[in-house]
Amino acid sequence: MELLVACAIGTMTAGGVYLMLRLRTFPVVLGISLLTYAVNTFLFASGRLTLNAPPVLIEPAPYADPLPQALVLTAIVIAFGMTALAVILALGAYLNSGTDALNIEKPEPRIKTDR
Amino acid sequence: MSHWIVALVILPGLVAPVIALVMRYDLVLQRVFSLAATVALVVMAGALYQSAATGVVEAYELGSWPAPFGIVLVLDRLSGIMVALTAILALVVLAYAVATGWDTRGRHFHALYQFQLMGLFGAMLTSDVFNLFVFFEILLIASYGLMIHGGGRMRLRGGVQYVIYNLAGSTLFLFALGTVYGVLGTLNMADMAVRAAELPEGDGALLRVAAALLLLVFVLKGALLPLHFWLPNTYALAPAPVAALFAIMTKVGAYAVIRVYTLVFHPDLEATGSMAGDAIIPAALVTLVVGMIGVLAGGTVARIVAFAAIGSMGTLFLAIGAFTPQGTAAAIYYLVHSTLAAAVLFLIVDQIRARRGNTALVPLPPMAQNGLIAALFFGGAIAMAGMPPLSGFVGKLLVMDALRDHALWGWIWGAILVTSLIAIVGFARAGSTMFWKAHDATTQADAPPPEARINELDAHVHPGAALASIGAMLGLIIALTVLAGPAMRAAEAAADQLHEREAYIVAVLGANAVPDPVTGLQRDTGDDPVSEPSEPAAATDETTEDPADEEEEG
Repeated sequence: MELLVACAIGTMTAGGVYLMLRLRTFPVVLGISLLTYAVNTFLFASGRLTLNAPPVLIEPAPYADPLPQALVLTAIVIAFGMTALAVILALGAYLNSGTDALNIEKPEPRIKTDR
Repeated sequence: MSHWIVALVILPGLVAPVIALVMRYDLVLQRVFSLAATVALVVMAGALYQSAATGVVEAYELGSWPAPFGIVLVLDRLSGIMVALTAILALVVLAYAVATGWDTRGRHFHALYQFQLMGLFGAMLTSDVFNLFVFFEILLIASYGLMIHGGGRMRLRGGVQYVIYNLAGSTLFLFALGTVYGVLGTLNMADMAVRAAELPEGDGALLRVAAALLLLVFVLKGALLPLHFWLPNTYALAPAPVAALFAIMTKVGAYAVIRVYTLVFHPDLEATGSMAGDAIIPAALVTLVVGMIGVLAGGTVARIVAFAAIGSMGTLFLAIGAFTPQGTAAAIYYLVHSTLAAAVLFLIVDQIRARRGNTALVPLPPMAQNGLIAALFFGGAIAMAGMPPLSGFVGKLLVMDALRDHALWGWIWGAILVTSLIAIVGFARAGSTMFWKAHDATTQADAPPPEARINELDAHVHPGAALASIGAMLGLIIALTVLAGPAMRAAEAAADQLHEREAYIVAVLGANAVPDPVTGLQRDTGDDPVSEPSEPAAATDETTEDPADEEEEG
């Protein structure tokens, strides 16, 4: 099971990084989502993988570590909010400038007003 | 246990939604509440600084949950200095934003500003790395909103870059935290320090991975090369008051490095050793050189200042990378200085932009109040480049003195001295192009008279108040220069406290948690998960000051 989870995390991370390097907003947002899936699974696994055990501290073990589950919940909420914000921002930038490329070739107009 | 520590996080967190929900259509009320809250924050941060300056490390357990289980906020000397600096900077910048009408150019400026302060204060006070992540996200979300405040094509595109870059950083932060938790089984910094010291031999490699990942995340925030790419566009394209406030954001990264790598992964720890310092020093050298060359090459004044901010982060990380008490003390002094210097320069750049319509480095006819703005720019540039008589000179001297015994001292001294010269040349060229060549006969084109052009965009602008807040910021730099002795003593005391470590761990975990130097370890906090939350185990015996005294100050 460890091998399977590790492979899944690795594949998702690789895909996420690849998509982020495309430097267009849509693939980048997808890449960010993939990366957050990967990191959520990773966080979950950091409390060790246990099967059929409650996330409550009970005397005769086994129990699953409850803390990573709480961390993952926080991380999911934050990642969801951030992704939504990134989508809105990217949409705004696309509608304003007519391009969805992420890199800015000419950093700032030199003479025109840049207010 | 004084509740004032958490008030610093709660007050902006309460004021922000009130501003956003109740007063969203009333700018005057927004301004009043935002300014009043920030003044209250300055008073509270000052009182906390005073209380931390006595040398007592105070831990505040949220919800009275005992240390490794609940989240703990800790106020020590370094946190005291950081919150005081942040509060004062925030007040001056907010006054500038109100005076120039920047807060009218978009919506929710004040609410976002307060949320940003909440994240900053939380990140500087927390003693839990996951909580640090949460506060980083709070300050980042607020900064995304502030960064694109006022809109505009270029600013939106710069904002997307900034958001994506930091989202990747946040993901990396979570990977680092997962590794830390997997190895150490805790996310409380004091508990991490204790457990890292007693880690079995075989787990050292994983701990090194965790330490390296965390370092990457923090130096990304601190804009250390090669993770600085987000900074020039963000700072140059952000609204000026926001860029000035962002001057503290890179320092939060530096603060996190100081905190975690003196407390947990300190150089005496067997598993990590001098790893952090060995990585930081060369990167900081390159950062310094690239930043200052950017001062020569940036085509607009805004970008020049942004690159100067990168260069100052290089100097700062050089001092941090030594990981000696002397180096950390110099770093703390330089941190305060470079925050103020970068902030004041961003505000001055905004004044130039308001008068010329752009910040391009081309000769244009003289702007309104050409001499005054030139003098202010001159002062800010002297501070940033590190020339006498201002505090940049003192700071660089301290950094060089602290690194005298370092193995790479020749490179470090050479880099600091040569890049200072480059920065002086860059700033001098920018200043003479903008202020002196304006008087050349060739540039006296058919422009409208300068008085007609000053701030023609906005009706509700108070140039006097704006210049006064710039003057106040310069005054702070002068005060830091004149009071360099007391300031340096405070920085030294903070550095000693950081490198001693024990006081912090005792304050968070209680006296039993500190490892005995001879017999190894005796820890009894942390093994009983169902200990009563109503009975705070730690820090009750440290709170010796009387509460009445606290209330007077607050």
